[in-house]
Amino acid sequence: MAEELRVLLQYADQINPESADDYVKVGGYKGLEKARSMDRKALIDEVKKSGLRGRGGAGFNAGMKWSFVPQDAPIKYVVCNLDEGEPGTYKDRIICEKNAQALLEGMAICGTAISSKQGYIYCRGEYPFVVELLKNAIKSAKASGALGDFDIEVRMGAGAYVCGEETALIESIEGHRGEPRFKPPFPGVEGLWAAPTVVNNVETFACLPNILANGAEWFAGIGATRYPGTKIVTLTGDIENATYFEVPTNVTLRDVIFTLGGGVKNGKKFKAVQVGGTSGAFIPEQNLDTQIDFDSMGSIGAALGSGAVFVLDETRDIVDVVTRISKFFEHESCGKCNPCREGTFRLREIMEKVNAGRGTTQDMDNLLLLSKVMQKAALCGLGQAAPIPIESTIKHFRYEYLRKI
Amino acid sequence: MISLTIDGREIQVPRGTTLLTACRQAGADIPTLCYDPDLRLAGSCRMCVVEVKGRRNLVAGCVTPAENNMVVETESPDVVESRKIILELLLARHKLTCHTCESDGSCKLQDYCYRYGVTDSRFTGEFHDGPHFSKEDANPFIKRDYDKCIMCTRCVRACEEITGAQAINVMNRGHHAKIATIFDGNLEDSPCVFCGQCIMVCPVGALTSKVAAGKGKSYQTEKVLTTCTYCGTGCTLELNVKDDKVVGVTSVRDENWSPVNRGALCVKGRFGWDFINSSDRLTTPLIRENGELRPASWDEALDFTAAKIKEIKGEHGPDSLAMFSSARVTNEENYLAQKLMRAAIGTNNVDHCARL
Ligand SMILES: Cc1cc2nc3c(=O)[nH]c(=O)nc-3n(C[C@H](O)[C@H](O)[C@H](O)COP(=O)(O)O)c2cc1C
Ligand code: SF4
Ligand code: SF4
Ligand code: SF4
Repeated sequence: MAEELRVLLQYADQINPESADDYVKVGGYKGLEKARSMDRKALIDEVKKSGLRGRGGAGFNAGMKWSFVPQDAPIKYVVCNLDEGEPGTYKDRIICEKNAQALLEGMAICGTAISSKQGYIYCRGEYPFVVELLKNAIKSAKASGALGDFDIEVRMGAGAYVCGEETALIESIEGHRGEPRFKPPFPGVEGLWAAPTVVNNVETFACLPNILANGAEWFAGIGATRYPGTKIVTLTGDIENATYFEVPTNVTLRDVIFTLGGGVKNGKKFKAVQVGGTSGAFIPEQNLDTQIDFDSMGSIGAALGSGAVFVLDETRDIVDVVTRISKFFEHESCGKCNPCREGTFRLREIMEKVNAGRGTTQDMDNLLLLSKVMQKAALCGLGQAAPIPIESTIKHFRYEYLRKI
Repeated sequence: MISLTIDGREIQVPRGTTLLTACRQAGADIPTLCYDPDLRLAGSCRMCVVEVKGRRNLVAGCVTPAENNMVVETESPDVVESRKIILELLLARHKLTCHTCESDGSCKLQDYCYRYGVTDSRFTGEFHDGPHFSKEDANPFIKRDYDKCIMCTRCVRACEEITGAQAINVMNRGHHAKIATIFDGNLEDSPCVFCGQCIMVCPVGALTSKVAAGKGKSYQTEKVLTTCTYCGTGCTLELNVKDDKVVGVTSVRDENWSPVNRGALCVKGRFGWDFINSSDRLTTPLIRENGELRPASWDEALDFTAAKIKEIKGEHGPDSLAMFSSARVTNEENYLAQKLMRAAIGTNNVDHCARL
């Protein structure tokens, strides 16, 4: 029987997220204190040992990422990715609304590890109220002295999905067009204003205070071995409990949907679930007994991504849903590289044709061919992932396409 | 030095070398559209993708550092397929009019489609996206035909990095992205100085010279290197000559041939050559007699002038004469001009039109 395990959200609605004093009363800022007492290398090793992996989508070991930052650089930055552009995802907002101080503490811990004095939070343009909340939280934390000489500034995006990609995010903070940079150099070596920069997701940072306070082993012991800890999942679509849950990473998708989520809405039958946001694969019934952790999801050709869980019932027209998704990517492509700029446009065009009943099997071949090239050759994750919903539904729900042809 | 294997050949390159350079060193011909050795890297056209053993995705050679023990394939099935599809995607939005295109024969899109046998695109869609990007721009020099643009952004980078004008940039996103001046206006109303560096770097026929339009394709003209006569900088020009007439000016970017300007020119050098065959052009000295100008030989004209100068100097003294020299001649010639005035004539009345 799956149950929630609340670590990040343990004190949700019991403390004022803006108040550093409230947070301290429930044990907050102990992790930072511990971090400050440690040698930098030992601190990074501790985070590495905890097995904490990025919660923004790529699942990279956080401590490992920090260890790439050159020690001798005079200026370094800590950047928090609160772009949360992935449709169906709102876990970073929940973290801010319930436990904003943990995010600030996590950023300060990272600042201690890489010896940076300046953090930035890049906040999704559609979250102006979160910006206010964070500004108050920062003020409170500064006033209480908890952050010491670590400063945090909030920057706001303007609604571009691609600005959640870490290098486009950096370009955006610098005031440029929101376009990804090529990597390497990675931000850890050359990021914001060419200085070494650690970019982590809100949830990744928010995990840190407890890791430091309770020790790496404690964290490594929760959930899946290779992707330990908890994960906040957000349930949307045809699901009874369309809300968020914090779960250990070894729960199965079936438990998330049918136990916590209460099953498909209105007693209908399950058709598919898309995990990790709009660029995720569609997963059929037979794969539901997979754990939600990064590697298990990868093993079925899916991705945990941001932890969005989008459920479709038996009445949903998959081809229509995927056509809408293809419009989203056409709209959100930044236009920098050829495979994605032209590819997202053509995918949408062909999908609309197929969805309208004018498609041929040749169109399906073209979709698959284009999908393959975009995944192999596009510059950033957006163009590489944009065709995945199409490819995965042609694989698992081919009959739905054929029905329209 | 690090060593890596490219198409089965082991080579050694210094650490920090890009895969593109390493592949070319190994003899592989890697196609590129956005790459330009003089400009900031973009890594965006994805034509230079190659396959590195052990990597899930293809990597863009121009922005990927070569690493020790890498095993690279430059024409693997996946590489060729990706390049073909990229070309097809570009063709799908392209105004394919090679027969009347100024860049026919010197166009990278044409060359690569030929090389990979891409005759047609399977992605033209139900609605061909026609004149969506075209831009009428009434300036006398630069034709902007963005229905042929492949969005390599070389023009944007050249404008910023070579000329420093920052007149153009990318506007809009995704498939709507295009090259534009601020507020999508005309070049005349932008910081554009009409140097035509954008034409120089454009790999296709999207940016072309209006002055040379229709006068000859690159393979029909003979290229003659010369030095620009407009000013003392001494930029190298490449005259495009057809039937003994100059029909265009381009430039060479090779430092050995173009040491002063490495291909960069100004509006006069690149576009101001129509005087060469103009009927208004003076080709002999003229001497005014009884209010009428008549042609004269150089000897006669110089003797006539020398005699007049002597006469004036004898009557009114050296300070009654002045030399007004030109920025169009070289430093050395200007030196000689002042020397003539100071030493031969005996006056300091020397000036110069450093405003051309
Ligand atoms: C198109 C695109 C959008 C992304 N959007 C987000 C986002 O909204 N939030 C986020 O944390 N990471 C996002 N990422 C992932 C980031 O690039 C980056 O991997 C992440 O912020 C690193 O943090 P982590 O290691 O803590 O996960 C996105 C990536 C791509 C390619
Ligand atoms: S893949 Fe798409 S979003 Fe990413 S750089 Fe290329 S065009 Fe931009
Ligand atoms: S730009 Fe190249 S491909 Fe396009 S019409 Fe001109 S020559 Fe042909
Ligand atoms: S106009 Fe030419 S140089 Fe500029 S982006 Fe288009 S193809 Fe490239």
